[in-house]
Amino acid sequence: MRKLKEFFIEKLILVCGLASIFFVGVIFFFLLKEGLALFKFIKPVAFLLDRNWYPISEPAQLGILPLILGSLLVTLGAAVISVPIGVACALYISEIAPGKLKEVLKAGIELLAAIPSVVLGFIGMITLVPWVKNIFYLPTGLTALTGSIMLAFMAMPTIVSVAEDALYSVPKSYKEGALAMGATHWQTIWRVMLPAASSGILAAVMLGIGRVIGETMAVMMITGNSAVIPKMIPFGFVQSVRTLTATIAAEMGEAVVGSEHYFALFAIGIVLFVISFAINVTADLFLHREKTRL
Amino acid sequence: MFKKIIGTFIIAFFVNAVFAASAKDSIQIKGSDTMVNLGQAWAEEYMGQNRGEFVAVTGGGSGTGISSLISGTCDIAMSSRNIKEKEIALAKQKGIEPKEYEAALDGLAVVVNPKNPVGKLTMDQLADIFTGKIKNWKELGGTDAKIILLSREVNSGTHVYFKEHILRKNDPGGKEEFVPEALMLPSSQAIADEVAGNTAAIGYYGMGYISPKQKPVAVAKDEKSEYIEPTVDNVVKGRYPISRPLFLYTNGEPKALVKKFIGFCLSGEGQEIVLKTDFVPIKY
Repeated sequence: MRKLKEFFIEKLILVCGLASIFFVGVIFFFLLKEGLALFKFIKPVAFLLDRNWYPISEPAQLGILPLILGSLLVTLGAAVISVPIGVACALYISEIAPGKLKEVLKAGIELLAAIPSVVLGFIGMITLVPWVKNIFYLPTGLTALTGSIMLAFMAMPTIVSVAEDALYSVPKSYKEGALAMGATHWQTIWRVMLPAASSGILAAVMLGIGRVIGETMAVMMITGNSAVIPKMIPFGFVQSVRTLTATIAAEMGEAVVGSEHYFALFAIGIVLFVISFAINVTADLFLHREKTRL
Repeated sequence: MFKKIIGTFIIAFFVNAVFAASAKDSIQIKGSDTMVNLGQAWAEEYMGQNRGEFVAVTGGGSGTGISSLISGTCDIAMSSRNIKEKEIALAKQKGIEPKEYEAALDGLAVVVNPKNPVGKLTMDQLADIFTGKIKNWKELGGTDAKIILLSREVNSGTHVYFKEHILRKNDPGGKEEFVPEALMLPSSQAIADEVAGNTAAIGYYGMGYISPKQKPVAVAKDEKSEYIEPTVDNVVKGRYPISRPLFLYTNGEPKALVKKFIGFCLSGEGQEIVLKTDFVPIKY
């Protein structure tokens, strides 16, 4: 009986393990099948590079360049805000903060990760949107910058916890060596710890960016969603943009199943998939490199 | 071990029983965001009168409602636009025959911030504003400020109506589009909030969303016509130029509960609820 139980449990776990791979495979297959069907109607180059997104007009204009640029702009903004703060926070937690404060900070960061994105979006809509409007004298606060700020909050927990892990896994001898050579605390952190953990920190950044580019709800609520090609940085930040994710979320209800619009939304899904896959692979490469080097 | 398996079966049996029961005396209604409040009001009154029957109302947009009707996930679709040819064809493929009921009228209000001095516009001016030909309030006799356009997302019947009737002036071959700079907001409430806080904004939505925080603009067909405020009275008399019918769609001839509910909506009592939720009854 005992052996039988063991056998069943082992097989059950095996099935669960295989199931997750199976589901990923099925999802990927479905995405490709529905998305690639779009290219019967329109050329891939036109889809990626046309400047107009009017999906429900006759004939539909399905150029996602403004959406891609919108997503990239919001992500770039979020990275510029969250990376320095996140890395600095990780440094403080792992190197400087005294024991108790460390625990409090860590718990705080975990808590930030636990806030649902729709709640952050709602808070952003009520508080951040009017602030951005008034501070920059803008005609409206529903801008890329607003989205970037809110998304930075979402990327922060990922960046801090992964970067902190990376710093923690730097061998103690490095730090001791540096201090013994007469380096100050700050010199040790800046010249020794940070370079030693660099690939882990890069991985943290990439994972944070991956989180940002896939985020939907908050962006849809606060970026204004106008499908325009953003102006040059920095002016692009104070204008409304429409992201890839928000487009899928906002329009999937309308798209008539089997129409060009429907296939186009799936094709946007493929584009997003490719982007996040690339980001995750890069992050993985960095993490792997760190492990083999240390 | 065996006890657990039997337990699972028992649970599965109960879950099934619950679902079967819920399917029998409940109605799923889905669709137009404009009509959510109305649908909810109908459902509440109806459920108050018919204990034990359950009506669930969700929004999502007219397109969402119609595609749910086609995929069989709702019993009644609410829509603020007519069903499209493409959708009918698709429904027929799936063995669904959409049947249309005109359930209420809705005046579309164009709203600006109460501090905005501009209070009346012609239909042509509206078209020029939303297609981006007029960009500054100065051109309309207002202050020198860039016009911030607020529109609903493309899954909204209100969006489609506004495009076809205002931007394209009822010309089915029209090519006019919302200027890409227009902000696409996910709900009527989001437009109401932004207009309330932004003196340069202009937006549109069903009359039901007007509150003292927004100022409805009086609209005239052309420069020579009278400017008309969006009020129930003006819509009923057909004076206000931007009004549209609101529809309920069912699959084929409705049966049992669905029939009873539709009957309730179209009854005198149901139409009174229409009036209470700031829409305009079909029979006045």
